Amino acid sequence: MLADLFANIPLMIMLTGALVGAAASLVGVFLVLRKNSMLSDAISHSIVFGIVIVWLLTHQQSGPVQIVGAALTGVLTVFLIELLVGTRKVKDDAAIGLVFPVLFSIGVLLLNLYARDVHIDTHTVLLGEIGFIWLDTMTVAGYTIPQAVVWMSVVTLVNGAFVLLFYKELKLTTFDPALAKALGFAPTVLFYALLMLTSTTAVAAFDAVGAVLFIAFVIVPPSAAYLLTDRLSLMLVIGIVISVASSVLGYYAAVAMDVSIGGMMAVMTGAFLAAAFLFGPRYGFLARSWRQLRQRYVNESRTLAVHLYNHEGRADARDENVVSALRDHLWWDGRKSLNVIDRSLRLGFVVRDGEELYLTAKGRQVALELLEPWRDKDA
Amino acid sequence: MSGVAAFFGDYTIQNVMMGAALLGLISGVLGSFAVLRQQSLLGDTLAHAALPGVCLGFMIAGARELSSILAGALFTAILAALVMLVLTRASRLKTDAGLGIALSVFFAFGVVLLTYIQGTGNASQGGLDAFLFGQAAGILRSDLYLMGGITAFSLGLVAGFWKEFKLVSFDPVFAATLGLPVVLLETVLTVTIAFAVVVGLQMVGVVLMAAMVIAPAVGARQWTRRLEHMVLLAAVFGVISGLTGALISATGQGLATGPLIILSASALVAVSILVAPERGLVWEGLKRWRDRRDLEANKVLTTLYGLAARHKDPGYPAEQGMIDTYHRIATRHALARLAERGLVEPVEHMRDQEGPHWALTEAGIALAQHLRQEPASG
Repeated sequence: MLADLFANIPLMIMLTGALVGAAASLVGVFLVLRKNSMLSDAISHSIVFGIVIVWLLTHQQSGPVQIVGAALTGVLTVFLIELLVGTRKVKDDAAIGLVFPVLFSIGVLLLNLYARDVHIDTHTVLLGEIGFIWLDTMTVAGYTIPQAVVWMSVVTLVNGAFVLLFYKELKLTTFDPALAKALGFAPTVLFYALLMLTSTTAVAAFDAVGAVLFIAFVIVPPSAAYLLTDRLSLMLVIGIVISVASSVLGYYAAVAMDVSIGGMMAVMTGAFLAAAFLFGPRYGFLARSWRQLRQRYVNESRTLAVHLYNHEGRADARDENVVSALRDHLWWDGRKSLNVIDRSLRLGFVVRDGEELYLTAKGRQVALELLEPWRDKDA
Repeated sequence: MSGVAAFFGDYTIQNVMMGAALLGLISGVLGSFAVLRQQSLLGDTLAHAALPGVCLGFMIAGARELSSILAGALFTAILAALVMLVLTRASRLKTDAGLGIALSVFFAFGVVLLTYIQGTGNASQGGLDAFLFGQAAGILRSDLYLMGGITAFSLGLVAGFWKEFKLVSFDPVFAATLGLPVVLLETVLTVTIAFAVVVGLQMVGVVLMAAMVIAPAVGARQWTRRLEHMVLLAAVFGVISGLTGALISATGQGLATGPLIILSASALVAVSILVAPERGLVWEGLKRWRDRRDLEANKVLTTLYGLAARHKDPGYPAEQGMIDTYHRIATRHALARLAERGLVEPVEHMRDQEGPHWALTEAGIALAQHLRQEPASG
């Protein structure tokens, strides 16, 4: 039965995508929160260098040696970036953009020189081909399983274990590195560990989705989750859910249109991000605009209350506290005046008597709070 | 000699060199503004985001026609820049996430389109892969006119709005108080990076464009503090790296042009960071070493002065070993240096029983007194 599952190619492809997404989201959440997400771009490009070097030395294209090599390349990349930033001649974003192209270039040139006929062509490196994962299988406990699934499972478990074990430390170093350092945690060590995991995930995901699409899985689902929640734990869960959903939807969309499966999965993460950006309950664009509009309406009603309060009971009240006066004195045109009055009536700030407007007790309170905020509210 | 003439007379090599020079020119100039405005990685994002445009241009033209491909690339690159701006301005996402999202999602869409084109079995689609890594040798003379046109337009733009761009890059708030349309100018500067990207696509490809925008500018920045000089120098650096890369590629064993151009530009950056006058690491290190040495000598001088004062003997002969003990390091070199400057002199004292002795000269006493009065100036 289980063997049937492992032989089910569509399922294995979706599983690989989901595992890539989950593993990438687990590290991506912290990179996004630390504002270091472009490091995943640097790492995923520069491990091309690591892959070529390891291949030249051991002639192994995947497996543990490659994963260790990738981890070291990732650390080398970040080390070089920090070295450049440390000279204080180069800003950190420029340093990122200087280091990875150099490593990538050296990788490509080494391929030019020594590895013309090998399978690692730069095309695969960039794009990956998740549709072909079932070509490379291995036997685990008597079952024939695609290699990508095995390696991605291991990486996902490692990332998951890392996040669970160091949850408290990661949380603290992400949100308050200074406090973490003062309390005796080692934010730098933790940061490098995170980046090592990012690199190992990248190399494990390489054959499946390639360098660039991997970046989508690292950055996009966590960013979408960030637009939906303030809780770190929830952000991790939402990121993983979005990754898994993107993999499944992306697979079916790609098959339907006969296009790149990995590409479509990454496009789907973008669709989820767009949805979160627009419809997020709290930080979404629509919710924000709606809040702003509401605030504007309330402010207009409060302005009206203050205006009425200023002239209440005075000789000019008959001229000022009437509907037509709002046009000249508050520069509201007739339509706007009527709308504001309408909303203020509903808020219970004013009452209307023909043309004349009167403050309610509530409206007077509102005006007082604005004009004399130092006063005790209950007085 | 005729070999060299034949080499430079080669049509392809001529094209590649001219293309590389154009790319260096435009990315050096436009990159300067991006680097100064801390938008270095914008080139990376826009280059990746050009891929779907390349495919769209190809699909619309139905063939590998550069003008429509570049138009498509320009379109999606600019679109990605706007998406990035909207994401970072209208949500809580930060710049790095905005760049990463635009980069990866646009590229993914490009990959989808690429496979779609491959699926339609269009025979001439083979050339599209070239835009991923660049394929300098495939550049035609007609392509050069197009690239030259884009470069000329961009340079004209920078020259025409020089004052505005400069102000917006350094002090956008002040620019706003002067009534300049800051958002518009910033958007234009952001979008111009797309022009550089479009010129570079064929030469170095989408991945390496990032460095092409950054490297000449960062290199030039080390040599000068003036924007005028920086932009000119960045252009020169860009052209030099372009030509160097193209030359090595043409003479070498089939090495790809793009990576060679990038490595040349990066080598220029490394050299600049190390040896640029004033800012260079070598000079900084040298200055630090000199300062430390002078400080050491001054400390020895004041020690000698203190000893002389305590013994009420301006010519008090202090033993070198004792001074070493005070300072816990060998002061031999510091003393020799002070002697060279005529501030101390070796004196004879209990020869054969103790080591060398030193006494202050009049100049030494004067300087030591001065140092004691103004400890900060030492």
